Amino acid sequence: MKKGKVKEIIVYCAFILLAFIFLMPIIWIVFCSFKGSSELFKWPPTILPKNFTLVNYVTAFEKGNFGLFFYNSAYVSIISTVITVLINTMAGFALAKYKFKGANFLLVAFIATLMIPLEVIMIPIFSVVKNLGLYNNIWGLIIPPAATPTGLFIMRQYLLSVPDDLMEAARIDGATEWHIFWKLIIPIAKPAMAVLAIFSFMWRWNDFLWPLIVISDPKKYTIQLAISNFMGQFNVDWNSLLAMSVVAMIPVLIIFLIFQKQFVQGMVTSGMKD
Amino acid sequence: MALRKTTSLKKENMKRGLVPYLFILPNFIIFLIFVVIPAIYGLVYSFTNYDGLSEMEFIGLKNYISIFKDAEFWSVLGKTSLYAAIVVPLIFVFSLMIANYLIKEIRFKGIIRAIFYWPTMVSFIIVGFTWKWMLGDNFGIVNYFLNLSGHASVKWLTTGFAASIAVIVATLWCRIGFYMIIFIGGLQSIPTSYYEAAHIDGATKWQVFASITLPLLKPTSLMVIILSVIDAFKSYPLILALTGGGPAKSTTYLVQYIYQFGFERYEIGYASAMSVILFVLLGTFTAIQFKINRGGEI
Repeated sequence: MKKGKVKEIIVYCAFILLAFIFLMPIIWIVFCSFKGSSELFKWPPTILPKNFTLVNYVTAFEKGNFGLFFYNSAYVSIISTVITVLINTMAGFALAKYKFKGANFLLVAFIATLMIPLEVIMIPIFSVVKNLGLYNNIWGLIIPPAATPTGLFIMRQYLLSVPDDLMEAARIDGATEWHIFWKLIIPIAKPAMAVLAIFSFMWRWNDFLWPLIVISDPKKYTIQLAISNFMGQFNVDWNSLLAMSVVAMIPVLIIFLIFQKQFVQGMVTSGMKD
Repeated sequence: MALRKTTSLKKENMKRGLVPYLFILPNFIIFLIFVVIPAIYGLVYSFTNYDGLSEMEFIGLKNYISIFKDAEFWSVLGKTSLYAAIVVPLIFVFSLMIANYLIKEIRFKGIIRAIFYWPTMVSFIIVGFTWKWMLGDNFGIVNYFLNLSGHASVKWLTTGFAASIAVIVATLWCRIGFYMIIFIGGLQSIPTSYYEAAHIDGATKWQVFASITLPLLKPTSLMVIILSVIDAFKSYPLILALTGGGPAKSTTYLVQYIYQFGFERYEIGYASAMSVILFVLLGTFTAIQFKINRGGEI
């Protein structure tokens, strides 16, 4: 009995240690972002910043144009998320609650597009984007990823449970189908829409491949594209990059802390893929 | 009167007949323009010598033949497969182990889960940046700890072998939490009565794990393997940020190789043919897994 207890404590401590190792990279980045240039490359390194300074953050925003990239990312992520939630709820609703020719085929076809990730079609996508005038256009980041098979599937599964009688009753009262969608379905679908919104925001905020293909004008860079490009330069400006990376993690962290439950729920039920 | 009613009803039905299509329309158009059409384009390009500028010319299977003769392609494919072959089992074991522990009633369970999950929400670019910073030759904290424990500093990102290890470690760090959550979902769906019965029969922990947990977890395991293999074959942004594919292309994997041909060397036909091969690889793997695990009732 006692031996078992000791073993339990050892295993627990090992897990805490493992968790700490997982946490360390983030903490390290945050600590370093508050160190000045001379301290940053000191050997042996200081763990906590000795001379706490915000100079990296100031430089990133003033010289590195970071405010603009942050704005671009926020703009793309928010607008794309609104569109994503709206159109996938519409499509999910149609596939869940209407009987029509080709419904099953469309559902399977939509989900089958998961088999064709962006990595496989990035080269022809570039031609398509260019021909549509979406190259170097922020809408080229917003519209194409808005339709997501995962989102559509979540909404459809959720709305399957809406009773037909409810819609029939609304129809007898003279509601149009569009009315039913806005006044009846959207309020019911809110929990699933919230899950989709959270994930959509995270996908767009963290996205790299779409911006890499669509955007080349530095004024339209998203945060991820900016950080990646600054890292590729001959003289890596570690100071600003540290500050940028920390700030870039904050929006997703805030959303995660607020919606932790929905996050985990969404993952478990759908195996969330972009 | 009766006649009018039926016609109006019919009209009503007709109208509703169009409604679902209208609801689907935005999604349909986007999928058509940004998935289906590019997929067809890509397939067509793969049989041409298109370079983005001059008129394209159909050259039959020439691209595919050159790819099969291209030693560098095989080396890149080999490196990608090796990366997947190392990363997938490690992800599987670690995420299952952590999930199996974190479904128990332990102290600070929520916080520990959140800590493992948190890196999965950091973008690949920032993951790459973070590890690049920690693995710096002369200023990185990893080398500092190595020195403290009496080892010499490692040139992490300038020697091929060390860079591959760096890529693997960074991948594990930012993916384990994702699969841990999937496993937690799978583990929680196993009825507790099975465990109680095993307990009464006096089964050891390993016996329980091997003959109850693992078999009942098969659908989840299957999903984790498929998703993580696909992830591994698609990986690019993390590696671009961490090693840039170097040193000397030692961490250049398939997607980066395709990207270089398509966007830097403008050999669009050739790059498209490699994309088709990537698609076939991913598709085949999924199909094989489903077939082997037919008992997995997924």
